[in-house]
Amino acid sequence: MPNPYNYSIKELEKKANEIRQDLIKMLVAAGSGHSAGSLGMADIFAAFYFRLLNYKVENPLWPKRDRLILSNGHICPVRYVAMIHAGLIEKKYLLQLRKLGSPLQGHPHYLDIRALETSSGPLGEGLSQAVGMALAARIKGEELDYYIYCLMSDGEQQEGMTWEAAMAAGKYKLGNLIGIIDRNNIQIDGYTEEVMPLEPLKAKYEAFGWHVLEMNGHNFSDIIDQVEEAKAIQAKPVLIIAHTIPGKGVSFMERRYEWHGVPPGEGPSNLVAKQEQAKVALKELRTLGGAIEEGE
Amino acid sequence: MKFNLNLNPNFLNPEKLEKKSSRDGAGLGVLELGRKESKVVVVTTDVAGSTRANLFAKEFPQRFIQLGVAEQNAIGVCAGLAYQGLIPYYFVYSVFGIGRNWEPIRTLLAYPKNKVRIIASHAGLATGPDGATHQMTEDFALMRVLPNFTVISPADFQEAQKAVKAVVDLPGPVYLRLSRADFPVFTNEKTPFEVGKILELKSGQDLTIIATGSVVYNALLAAFELEKKKISARVLNCHTIKPLDTKAILKAARETKRLVVVEDHQKAAGLGGAVAELVSQHYPVPLLFLGIPDCFGESGKMEELYRLFGLDKEGIFQAVKDWFLKIKR
Repeated sequence: MPNPYNYSIKELEKKANEIRQDLIKMLVAAGSGHSAGSLGMADIFAAFYFRLLNYKVENPLWPKRDRLILSNGHICPVRYVAMIHAGLIEKKYLLQLRKLGSPLQGHPHYLDIRALETSSGPLGEGLSQAVGMALAARIKGEELDYYIYCLMSDGEQQEGMTWEAAMAAGKYKLGNLIGIIDRNNIQIDGYTEEVMPLEPLKAKYEAFGWHVLEMNGHNFSDIIDQVEEAKAIQAKPVLIIAHTIPGKGVSFMERRYEWHGVPPGEGPSNLVAKQEQAKVALKELRTLGGAIEEGE
Repeated sequence: MKFNLNLNPNFLNPEKLEKKSSRDGAGLGVLELGRKESKVVVVTTDVAGSTRANLFAKEFPQRFIQLGVAEQNAIGVCAGLAYQGLIPYYFVYSVFGIGRNWEPIRTLLAYPKNKVRIIASHAGLATGPDGATHQMTEDFALMRVLPNFTVISPADFQEAQKAVKAVVDLPGPVYLRLSRADFPVFTNEKTPFEVGKILELKSGQDLTIIATGSVVYNALLAAFELEKKKISARVLNCHTIKPLDTKAILKAARETKRLVVVEDHQKAAGLGGAVAELVSQHYPVPLLFLGIPDCFGESGKMEELYRLFGLDKEGIFQAVKDWFLKIKR
């Protein structure tokens, strides 16, 4: 069963850019939310919803759909936007993030939007749930019907629960489980390797019984190649370390941990004044960093 | 004097009653359930033997998941199983299963209403010789405050066996509290059990003893002692801590004017707290709480610890009699 869009790489690049622009609008309307990680994962979410993930727009809970678990729930804005573009969430909610009565909670809630698969926010809890889903697939004889993807942050690799889950996945050789770590090197208090070093991450997962791949999280052909390779490996769970740039696409946000937990308009003002941040971000995205003339 | 006839015929004679633990009842219950319901999956964290999950594991190895000493992961795995439509029963010790895990339980089970059943052995002072680290005496407080949870505390082996089966189809998550120690099995196969419905074990007019779990039997024996002193005590088995049977408790408050709560739990925030929250708003009456007075337990046999904390027949009898005579005037 194919992805409902099955976009080409060129189409994916365009879609990711549209997602980034809507993400900026969403965060500005919300007045709070996480910018850096969301922008950094825009390409991977575009790749999943518009190329890699098997699902049905008209039947989001189709039993044979691939499961996409977002463990680090705080980057949900980019998932919401990708799902709006994919037709899984109504477009009218684009500017309703974190608003009273909106299904777009500050951290994702399953009972509001079932296609989210889980509720999440507290870190380090996604991989355990993905392991549970993979074990359920085995018990129900559905192991060959779908994949279970678990998107994680690098910061939450500091949680003990993540490693308990990694150990269990290794024990049960969960071949339909694919973990992806957003290796953007930042967390809310600083750079991961200063706050609490994670390296050697690859060797750690290998020691826990995983096959480990790496990819450039902003290169669509690499994203597609590595995920396809991960799917082909059935003997053990696969981890893909996705090297990404936090804040990707907006020059004054890129690689700056200060942008982890704030929206445009609330970030550090040393490069762009607060009241200009949204405008400049959107202009950069519309003109691909100023490479083309802005039409508007 | 009326009492519930659906009890073991020897229920007033502890020497003649078989002694079994409620964890044994739960292990047997889930095995029977597994034979009927293919969605039931058993999860444990290196305590399959002592929680009696091994009975199920032996018969249904494909539906048994052993996660090692990693309780946080187990809550996540259970959530994942439930999201996929299975009904996981997680067999664990109370203090590790929920004490260590409260936030994952809140986020992964309570908030999304996942149908996970936490079958928690080793609750209360009844845990005995293992000592205070293993005697979970704060679990009602932790679990009854969580939205969407059902909290159950069976009174003996038979009731535990029934409870494990009765909760299978409840809509949200369930916490079921069990004891390690063997103690008299005073109910039988025919004793009614309905989630959320208090069972009146003995009628009475002067006061009502509301008890739960492993101290219900002691409360019942104490009530018969009180009868000899011309104090007529109603006894209610409140096996469901949440949702509380508000109707039966308010009826008791109106009819007997005095309520005593007996629990193998901290006096704070347990069943006593739940009863106080209810009656103080709707029908205030004098209350007596018998439980653990804001301290930890210690190693000892269940009977010794219950004597020390006044939760044996004598202790309950004495405390209720003194209180009744004091407030009657």
